[in-house]
Amino acid sequence: MIQNSPALIPLILLAIAILIPVLALKKEKLAFPLAAGASFVSVIIACYNITRILNGVRISYHFGGWIPPLGIEYVLDPLSAFIALVVNVVAFFVIWHSHGLQATEITGRPVPYYALTLLFLCGANGIIITGDLFNLYVFLEIFSLAAYGLIGIGEKKAPVAAFRYLIMGTIGASFYLIGIGFLYMVTGSLNMADVKAILPLVGPNPAVNVALTLMVVGIGIKMAIFPLHGWLPDSYTYAPSTSAALIAPIGTKIGAYVIIRIMFFVFGVSFVDKEFPIADVVAWLSAAGIIYGSVMAIAQKELKRMLAYSSVAQIGYIGLGIGMANPLGYIGAVLHILNHAFMKGSLFLVAANLRKKMGHSDIEKMDSTCRKKLPWTTAAFTVAALSMIGLPPTAGFFSKWYLALGAVDKGNWLFLAVIMVSSLLNAVYFFRILENIYLKSPLVRPTEGAISPENGNDEGHFAGKEGYSLAIPVVVLSFSLLAIGLWNSAIVKGIIQNIIPPGM
Amino acid sequence: MIDFIRGHYTYWGVIILMLIGLYGMIFKNNLVKKLIGMTIFQVSIIMFYVASASKWAATVPVLDPATGAADAALYISPLQHCLMLTAIVVGVATSGVAFSLAIVIYRHYKTLDEPLLIERMKAQS
Repeated sequence: MIQNSPALIPLILLAIAILIPVLALKKEKLAFPLAAGASFVSVIIACYNITRILNGVRISYHFGGWIPPLGIEYVLDPLSAFIALVVNVVAFFVIWHSHGLQATEITGRPVPYYALTLLFLCGANGIIITGDLFNLYVFLEIFSLAAYGLIGIGEKKAPVAAFRYLIMGTIGASFYLIGIGFLYMVTGSLNMADVKAILPLVGPNPAVNVALTLMVVGIGIKMAIFPLHGWLPDSYTYAPSTSAALIAPIGTKIGAYVIIRIMFFVFGVSFVDKEFPIADVVAWLSAAGIIYGSVMAIAQKELKRMLAYSSVAQIGYIGLGIGMANPLGYIGAVLHILNHAFMKGSLFLVAANLRKKMGHSDIEKMDSTCRKKLPWTTAAFTVAALSMIGLPPTAGFFSKWYLALGAVDKGNWLFLAVIMVSSLLNAVYFFRILENIYLKSPLVRPTEGAISPENGNDEGHFAGKEGYSLAIPVVVLSFSLLAIGLWNSAIVKGIIQNIIPPGM
Repeated sequence: MIDFIRGHYTYWGVIILMLIGLYGMIFKNNLVKKLIGMTIFQVSIIMFYVASASKWAATVPVLDPATGAADAALYISPLQHCLMLTAIVVGVATSGVAFSLAIVIYRHYKTLDEPLLIERMKAQS
C-alpha cells in the first residue's frame, strides 16, 4: 500500500469525486466532509512523499507493472513532490474555507461543487506526478473540464466567462496534443525520460522545434502567459469566490510546472536556451506581462478583478524565472510558485470574506468598518499584500530577490528594471486598499446591498466576527507567508537546489 | 512542387480542416458555430495522428496468421489509434461541458449570438 504512494493521491481524489454524487445524493451535508477528508488525506500523502525523496532519489512508479518506455510511469522526484505538497496544502485550506461560503456563493449546489473540486485536484495531482506526455494531456483535460465547471457555477455572467475559457483552453490543449504528435513521430516514445534520452540523437530537425513551440504555446494558454491571458480576468471575476480561490493559486501554477517539465526535463536546458531559444521568448513575453498586469491591476475598481490582473503579473514573474534559464532564475521561479500559491490563495479568500460579510468587494467602498468588522481578515490581507509587494521578511521578497539575482547573473538589466518597477506598481495598487481599510473613516453608510452587522455575527467571538471556518484558513495561509520567508533558505537548500535541471 | 503537395495530401487535408476549425472558433459569432469549429479542430488532430500511423503495404494491427508476427513492418502502428480513442473521449466530454454551458447561457440571456450577448450582459450590470 504505502510503496504505492505516488499513485495514491490522484486515485483517492478520483474515487471520492465519484463517490460524492452517489453518497450525497440524499444528504447534501455529506459532500463537504467527504471532500475535506479526501483533501486532508492527500496532504498527508504529499507530506509522506516529500520525506521519501529528501535524500535526492527519483522514485519511478510503474503503473500496472509495465516497464516505463512501454507502460505509463509516475515519477516522484523533488520537483513533483514539492509542487504536489504546495497544491494540496493550499487546496485543503480553500476547501475548509468553502464550508462557510456554501450558503452564499454556491447556493444549492454543494454536491457538484465538491465533486468538481476533487476532480480538479485529481487532474492537478495527475499532471504533477505523471512521467508520460500523453497521460499528462489526459489529466490536463480532466483538470480543465473541472475548472470550466467550477467557474460556470458562479454568478450570471460566469457561464459566458467559462465558455470563453473553454474555447481557449481547448485550443491550448489541442496545440499541446499536436506537439506530442510531432514529438512521437520523431522519437517514437511518449515517456518524458525516454524522449529526453532520444532527442539528442535526432539532431537538428524542424519537427522538434515545431513540437516545442506548439507545446509551449498550448500550455502557455493554460498558464496565462501574456498575451495568452485573455480568458483569465473574466473567469476569476465572475467565478464563485471559492472557485476563484482554488483556480487562481493552483490552475496557473500547474501550467508553469508543465512548462518547466517540458522545457527543462524533456527538451533540455541547452536546447531551449541555445539551439532553439524559446526560453528568451518566454522571458520577454513574461516581462511584458508583468508590466501589463500591474498597470491593468491599478486601473481596476473591484478587488477580485484587480487580483485577477495581478495574477497575470505574478505569472509573469514565474515565466521570467523560467525563461532566464539560469539556476538563480529557476530557484526564483519555483519559489515564486510556492509563494504565489499561498499569496493568491489567501487574497482570494479575503475577497470571499469581504463579499460574504460586507456584501461587496469594491475597492472604493471599502473603509475602516472592514477592519472593525473583520479584524483577522484584514490582518491576513495586510500580510499577503506586503508579500505581494515584496517587503522582507515576507515570502514574496525572497522569490523576487532570486529573480533579481538571476537577471543580474544573465546580465539583462532590463529584466532587473522590470522587477523593480513592478514592485513599485504592486505597492501602488495594494496600498490603495490598505489606506482605505485602515485610514478611511466611514463617512457614507453602506449601500442597500450590504449585509447589516447584526446577522453577520453568529459564530462565536474568538476569530473576531468572521467565525472560525472563515478566519482560520485565511490567517493560516497568509501568516505562513512569514514562515516561508523566514525559512526560505531551508526550502531552497533542502528541496529546490536538488531539482535544478541538469545542464543549467 | 506537385510531388510535395501530392506526397503529403493527407497532411494538407489536415491543415485545411484545422484552419477551418480555427476560423470557426475565432470569427463566428454564434456560440454553437464556435463549438462546431472546435469539434472540426479536434477531428483534424485525430486525422493527423491516424495519418501518421499509416505505412505502405501494411495491414490493420490485428494478428493475421497469414502475415505472422515476425515482421512489424507489415502492420500499421496501433499506438496512435489507441491514443486517439482517448482523445475522442476527451473531445466528447469537452463538447458535453461546452453545450451545457451554452444551454445555461441561453437560459440567462435568451441568445447565443455573441455581439447581442455582450450587449445584454452590459445592459444588466
